[in-house]
Amino acid sequence: MELNNIYNTALMEHNAHPDYKYEMDDPTLQHEGVNPSCGDDIVLSLKLDGDVIEEAAFTGHGCAVSQASADIMADLITDETAERARHLCDLFLKMIRGEVTDDAELAELGEAAQLKGISLMPARVKCAELGWRTAMTMLDERLAAEGK
Amino acid sequence: MAEAPKATREAIEAVDLAENPFKKDFPLLANNPHLTFLDSAATAQRPTVVLDAQRDFYERLNSNPLRGLYKLSVEATEAIDKVRRKVADFIGAPLSQGIVFTRNATESLNLLALSMGRLVLGPGDEVCITIMEHHSNILPWQQVCRETGAKLVYMRPNEDCKLTAEEIETKITRRTKIVSVTQVSNVLGVENPIKDIAKRAHAVGALCFVDGAQSVPHMGVNVQELGCDALAFSAHKMFGPMGIGVLWAKKELLEKMPPFLTGGEMIDWVTEDDFGCAPVPQKFEAGTQDAAGIVGLGAAVDYMRAVKRENLEARERALVADLARKLGELPFIRLIGPANPNDHVAVVSFNVCGIHPHDVASILDSYDVAIRAGHHCAQPLLAWMGIESCCRASVAVYNDEQDIDNLVEGLQKVWGMFNGAE
Ligand SMILES: Cc1ncc(COP(=O)(O)O)c(C=O)c1O
Repeated sequence: MELNNIYNTALMEHNAHPDYKYEMDDPTLQHEGVNPSCGDDIVLSLKLDGDVIEEAAFTGHGCAVSQASADIMADLITDETAERARHLCDLFLKMIRGEVTDDAELAELGEAAQLKGISLMPARVKCAELGWRTAMTMLDERLAAEGK
Repeated sequence: MAEAPKATREAIEAVDLAENPFKKDFPLLANNPHLTFLDSAATAQRPTVVLDAQRDFYERLNSNPLRGLYKLSVEATEAIDKVRRKVADFIGAPLSQGIVFTRNATESLNLLALSMGRLVLGPGDEVCITIMEHHSNILPWQQVCRETGAKLVYMRPNEDCKLTAEEIETKITRRTKIVSVTQVSNVLGVENPIKDIAKRAHAVGALCFVDGAQSVPHMGVNVQELGCDALAFSAHKMFGPMGIGVLWAKKELLEKMPPFLTGGEMIDWVTEDDFGCAPVPQKFEAGTQDAAGIVGLGAAVDYMRAVKRENLEARERALVADLARKLGELPFIRLIGPANPNDHVAVVSFNVCGIHPHDVASILDSYDVAIRAGHHCAQPLLAWMGIESCCRASVAVYNDEQDIDNLVEGLQKVWGMFNGAE
């Protein structure tokens, strides 16, 4: 296993300078995600303007993988519709579980596709998933409430 | 009564950690010269003699112990009983009938809690444990306390991780019916004063149970010298097979205790609506045992005896002191556990400032250094210390100075990665 695949520049950069890690005022949706086995937790906040995610931010603590992954997720889903954001989260989770491996298919994940190597480290999959899983839960609930 | 052999200070100082006469005995390590294995507190590696003993059982003696009337089955039963006597002798237990084979320390502790706990506990009674217990010595007591209305009380160590005489006296009182304490903490690496605790427990009329999962593998343990009523441990942490645990308890207690698991092998007679129990220890050994595993445990005890327990302890003490000292010299490491490197038994826990333990362990793994990171099945302890998780390096006789230096070098690389170095 080549370590640089996981602790690469993107991950280290997002971990050191998480642009989306802050407390949001008046979020439309808020949800806490935890990994009980490692004690990691994040609180994800979304502000929606109609159907569009206007702002995404998180707080919490955990390893570099969970924190950087959440930051990359927040960056990716900002300005996307809830439905598209859910699709992106779903695709990321499939990538990290090794269910989608085709790079062309993963291209729409942008920078997040650089975390693909984590799918080869079963012990770290949960860390990488945390932010995305939390977003998925929130978006599922929101879209279900709207009958979508 | 023979006292447990102990490593002397001179013997510890005389150990040459650059030499490693033991690695060759452990195929997994011998076949992976690049592996730095520092997670023996989770499970130790097994020497060839243990693997051979298990294979030999299946090749020569395989048959269902206790069931058959034919020679092979009798021999298998004898093989188990021989290990029973060997294990009893190993921990200084007077009667081999007090040795019950279980699956692991966890099952031994559950047996104690669910059988003895249900028998003696009632509303207003207390069970006293320590905050540094493994979940396996907490959850069974939580469960039985909830059922019986008894209260779970925690002894807490001082700043240097020691249980003081005052703490022992304040927490173990006339209300205490059972005290259950780990001899060595799997996170702090500290050894608890079991003799004092057992004395106090008996003075107030309570029973004293000991979790020996982290002590029996690393130091001479003699149950008579400790003065405890029961001792639980796992074979897999002392070079034996996974899936075999030991519970030693005073025979008169085992005789009083109701059975834990019921079914085949543990009965005397059965009618349509009742059964009578077989004598101890069979009463607590329901179902077909892992006989080959038990024979493997016997070989592990033989191995530890051949090395000599005092030599084993001297080497492991020298290793852990070297480990604690070298980690303590790294400015970015925060050590967890007693301040004196000589107060650690086989385990040193630590954190790397500003870097999550999972990142530390993952990056070390890329340099083939295996350590543990997480809550180490001791969440109440970590919560009490105000930390989420930590790293843990642990040693066994087959480690050497190179292993410790590899860890130190690896940690420097981890620190460098997160702090702008190449
Ligand atoms: C102190 C202590 N007690 C109990 C256990 C449980 O051992 P096992 O998993 O073999 O049942 C462990 C294992 O990690 C331990 O360190």
